Amino acid sequence: MTHRSTIRFILNGRDICLPEVGASQTLLDFLRLDQRLTGTKEGCAEGDCGACTVLVGRLGPQGLSYAPVNACIRFLASVDGCHVVTVEHLAGRDGRLHPVQQAMVDHHGSQCGFCTPGFVMSLYALWMQVPEPTEAQVDTALQGNLCRCTGYAPIIRAAQAISRHGTPAADHLSTERAAITERLTALKDPRRVVTGPEDNRTILPASVDDLAACLLDHPNATIVAGATDVGLWVTKFLRPIGPAIFTGHLDEMKTVVQDGNSLRIGAGASYSECQTMLSRHLPHLDAYWDRIGGWQVRNMGTVGGNIANGSPIGDTPPVLIALGAEITLRRGDAHRTLPLEAFFIDYGKQDREPGEFVESIRVPLPRPDDRNAAYKISKRRDEDISSVAVGIHMRVTGGIIGNARIAFGGMAATPKRARAAEAALNGQPWTRESFEAAARALTGDFTPLSDWRASSAYRMQAAQNLLRRFHMEHDVATATPVRLEAF
Amino acid sequence: MKDAVSITGLAHTDRIHDSAAKHVTGRADYTDDVALPEGALHAYLGLSDVAHARITGMDLSQVLAAPGVVGVLTAKDIPGVNDISPTGLHDEPVFPTETIQFYGQPLFAVIAETRDQARRAAELAKVRYDPLPHALDPITAREAGYPYVTAPLTLKRGDVAPAQAEAPHRIKGRMQVGGQDHMYLEGQIAFAIPGEDDEVSVHCSTQHPSEAQHMVAHVLGVPSNAVVVNVRRMGGGFGGKESQMNLFCVVAALAAKKWGRAVKIRPDRDQDMTATGKRHDFVIDYDVAFDTEGRILAVEGDFAARCGFSADLSGPVTDRALFHADNAYFYPAVRLQSHPMKTNTVSNTAFRGFGGPQGVIAAERMIEEIAYALGRDPLDIRKANFYGPPGRDVTPYHQEVEDNILGRLVGELEESADYRQRRAEIIEFNETSPVLRKGIALTPVKFGISFTATWFNQAGALVHVYNDGSIHLNHGGTEMGQGLNTKVAQVVAEAFQVDFERIRITRTTTEKVPNTSATAASSGSDLNGMAALDAVNQIKARLVAFAAEKWGVAPDAVLFRPNQVHVGAEVLSFDEFIRAAYMARVQLSAAGFYKTPKIHWDRAKGQGRPFYYFAYGAACSEVTIDTLTGEYRVDRTDILHDVGRSLNPALDRGQVEGAFIQGMGWLTTEELWWDKGGRLRTHAPSTYKIPLASDRPRVFNVALADWSENRELTIKRSKAVGEPPFMLGISVFEALSMAVASVADYRECPRLDAPATPERVLMAVTRLQAGR
Repeated sequence: MTHRSTIRFILNGRDICLPEVGASQTLLDFLRLDQRLTGTKEGCAEGDCGACTVLVGRLGPQGLSYAPVNACIRFLASVDGCHVVTVEHLAGRDGRLHPVQQAMVDHHGSQCGFCTPGFVMSLYALWMQVPEPTEAQVDTALQGNLCRCTGYAPIIRAAQAISRHGTPAADHLSTERAAITERLTALKDPRRVVTGPEDNRTILPASVDDLAACLLDHPNATIVAGATDVGLWVTKFLRPIGPAIFTGHLDEMKTVVQDGNSLRIGAGASYSECQTMLSRHLPHLDAYWDRIGGWQVRNMGTVGGNIANGSPIGDTPPVLIALGAEITLRRGDAHRTLPLEAFFIDYGKQDREPGEFVESIRVPLPRPDDRNAAYKISKRRDEDISSVAVGIHMRVTGGIIGNARIAFGGMAATPKRARAAEAALNGQPWTRESFEAAARALTGDFTPLSDWRASSAYRMQAAQNLLRRFHMEHDVATATPVRLEAF
Repeated sequence: MKDAVSITGLAHTDRIHDSAAKHVTGRADYTDDVALPEGALHAYLGLSDVAHARITGMDLSQVLAAPGVVGVLTAKDIPGVNDISPTGLHDEPVFPTETIQFYGQPLFAVIAETRDQARRAAELAKVRYDPLPHALDPITAREAGYPYVTAPLTLKRGDVAPAQAEAPHRIKGRMQVGGQDHMYLEGQIAFAIPGEDDEVSVHCSTQHPSEAQHMVAHVLGVPSNAVVVNVRRMGGGFGGKESQMNLFCVVAALAAKKWGRAVKIRPDRDQDMTATGKRHDFVIDYDVAFDTEGRILAVEGDFAARCGFSADLSGPVTDRALFHADNAYFYPAVRLQSHPMKTNTVSNTAFRGFGGPQGVIAAERMIEEIAYALGRDPLDIRKANFYGPPGRDVTPYHQEVEDNILGRLVGELEESADYRQRRAEIIEFNETSPVLRKGIALTPVKFGISFTATWFNQAGALVHVYNDGSIHLNHGGTEMGQGLNTKVAQVVAEAFQVDFERIRITRTTTEKVPNTSATAASSGSDLNGMAALDAVNQIKARLVAFAAEKWGVAPDAVLFRPNQVHVGAEVLSFDEFIRAAYMARVQLSAAGFYKTPKIHWDRAKGQGRPFYYFAYGAACSEVTIDTLTGEYRVDRTDILHDVGRSLNPALDRGQVEGAFIQGMGWLTTEELWWDKGGRLRTHAPSTYKIPLASDRPRVFNVALADWSENRELTIKRSKAVGEPPFMLGISVFEALSMAVASVADYRECPRLDAPATPERVLMAVTRLQAGR
């Protein structure tokens, strides 16, 4: 079968077909420079401020769904087959403001106005899902949007007033849903896409099998899933990424299913796509999950990417290691499975061969009597990289601790288990003293770094205290709340 | 004829921001959104990667050979003066020739066909240098014998030594207060279009178009009348675009003139944060003497500031820190000294409050010290020290505080926030909560309004009434989101008694109003509102004279009514009236002017009346901290703030809310962190954390003191609002301090340094628990 050499998608109302799309071309530059759609702003070019927020509608197995994403680090090629909606698409043909826009105007939700289109898009996405959101829901939806002028209060008031001006059902993304679905369906084709200049080649495999084949042909290609990290290689470090093999369009990579006593997470599932199943089966991760990036980042970034990337401060490895997760890597038709913790060899070094990719993650489901926790400490509560993150798992039988698995992020060059602390707990009684011993043992496990996120001393003390918190939080004798979320 | 009882957009009403609909639709044009002329080029800066060094060579051959590159600009390409120091100290080269003074200093610019090409090429420079020792902070700099970047200031009144000697109590301490990045969402940006002869026109995002104009002229070596600087709006400024845009305007203009093509320069966020100045960090040594009732008897304070490699605005910034080191409190004997230290860091600059917040927080630290030493509620200590009647009403700079309303304002907030009851409940809560601890604090602010450089307190405006009755409004202020244009247009609408929509607000340009001051020091509405009103009054006077003559009535029979003019028994629509005036050859355009009265300042003596008036406010914040991790949350904040008779309560409330959150960010999560080599490692939102929606107080009650009226004759008796509420964020910091103090039973002042990151909170908890 011949390859397709064009990138095709719908931009607002228009069909777009681009003959030559380099791997590193961003959606934001396409919008602003090529299309002159300047309502979408560049504030940081690293997915942290949200001024570039647009909606990307994707036709998945569950139908068409729209999610806010950061256009600055979203590669243009990755919107193949999607519907891209920018702020210019909201106001009516007659110039009437969209309900979201009207609410923002009425409540003085803009001052300098530069972040405003991004806020409008995030609020739009929230309103489509939750027409009458609580303050907490608004806060969560706006974790990826920075405003330096308003102090946010007027924006929250606006968010809660949108439905006074209209209903999502009457919105054009609802009324045109069938038509857009039809147009996107027409764009689907089973061919591999290969486009872009030779030194900046873009490859969109046709399937997971095709991905494996592409990687055999290009074993050192950059694998781009959500681009929440690779995007920054381009926008901040000006690194070439071609040839790049994109995986975000592969539905097969996005499945999250219960498989006996495990959860199997496709490596391409975004944080958002995982969350429903995780909440159901691993409720202790729910609040933690909401603190990964902002909403836009959670809609793009993938669990597989978070692992494959190998960062010592990724949010998911510590909590998945604590649960005993395994990953499956694939090269060609060959699969191998290894404990997640074994994947991380050293700083910047993972157990992944050229041509190999992370295909899925298997997370054993805890038993009801297991004690689990996931804690993250960061300078700012939301949308920040952890100074310390930890997943803690243990089983207490007859008052005796067993099966302790404690994994930290931010404490070493890789996400790493605290073997000495685990050893100090296993076989010991569930008492404060045992946890004090574990806290002491932690100094043997780690010699954390000092950097702009935290000093070595703070990291160690906070890590020790998180063990103490775990004990208090799970101890029947604790009568008062021991963390802010519970209070 | 429209028969309305009132016009739209009256002063003192909640008019929406004039650009609100454009903001929400993405149709508001920022500098980067304006279509460039055909053939435009793009510039990008090459920065140093060493903090202090002697330059021995700069090889730009690879830069020049890179794809798309048209050329480079270095110091050699400057036809005029290689200097952009805003205070004329000649200490800030556009590009250095001999010495690199900080990590991230611009060394050259590269010009290319696209921004991407310019950006990539800028990485290819080979700079050779001999490293020199560097000093990054004011204490290290002082120890290394670094000079001041500008003359320091001393404020003194009364005899400090005897007051200290006789005082029952005396506490000395040191406080470190971090700086702050502006993190305006729209970064620095300028583009220049070359004109005929020596002319050039610049479009940019500056708070100070006149200064940018003068800098461009100075660097190009042309008179100011050859340069036009235009600003439609900024995506946030906060002081960061007062002097910092000069560099970008100058580079764009130099390149535009050299290559005869339009040139745009837009640094990326990392470069913006690395190469442009921030709020000054301070190290403050204080010595406070007080009586057994907690009344302050004497204060000594040394304020050492990280100014960076050049003066920029550090002189007036460190001056203003001293002007606010009393906050709201009377110091019977006082000596305050500034130390504007040179350091090998980016040159720090204006930032909302302009040094004032660093002074205010020192005053609040001393209040805390007294309260913990005496075992008293800090609010009682605050009240005991408020400025009072004659005898207790003179500031350290010898200005009398004539308009103090803090007694009433703080009393009302104390009541509405239920401060006493909640404080008692919090103390009770803390007794039985081992991990989570709460704190509450009610802090006041008094902020002096006027540029302390007296000559800046002037403004101009230009108003045209076209013969169809439509009105064109222009003034010297710039719009950065604060709603200045809206407020000034309200003033004009009300004066003419015409609907707000009739007034077209136009971009700020040095062609229409010359020699303007920066839109800064919270002064925008005070100055430009008055200047616009002056212009309107000139036109109205001509119109009245014309009508009185034409219709044969007394001048006081000519009345401007909503969208009408009544001339005796005649009633004309505004349009008809204007048409008639035009036909009678009445001049329908006027330039207005205003200068603030009463102010004077003798810096050498440290005496005068630098401020026309004071703005006041108070905030009460409650927090909960986690003593295991140092994490915290703001549970509730109540604010009562004084804006005099508000020109626009909705916009003023927005300023208060936004300033509070920004002030809170300064003192909590916003941390600037340099590595040992002098490289700023918190240089983008991924590493530098400004508050998010979820960081705002869970309960946030904000009110304006609607009974307040400026006792001075300001525009419509309003007060400035941009900066004063920034310092309300200090209530959060003080509440965190109380929560920390609880672990040692409130017997010890926690002496938190700012910003109080979770790490600093935990470290303070640990220190107090250990009794150290």
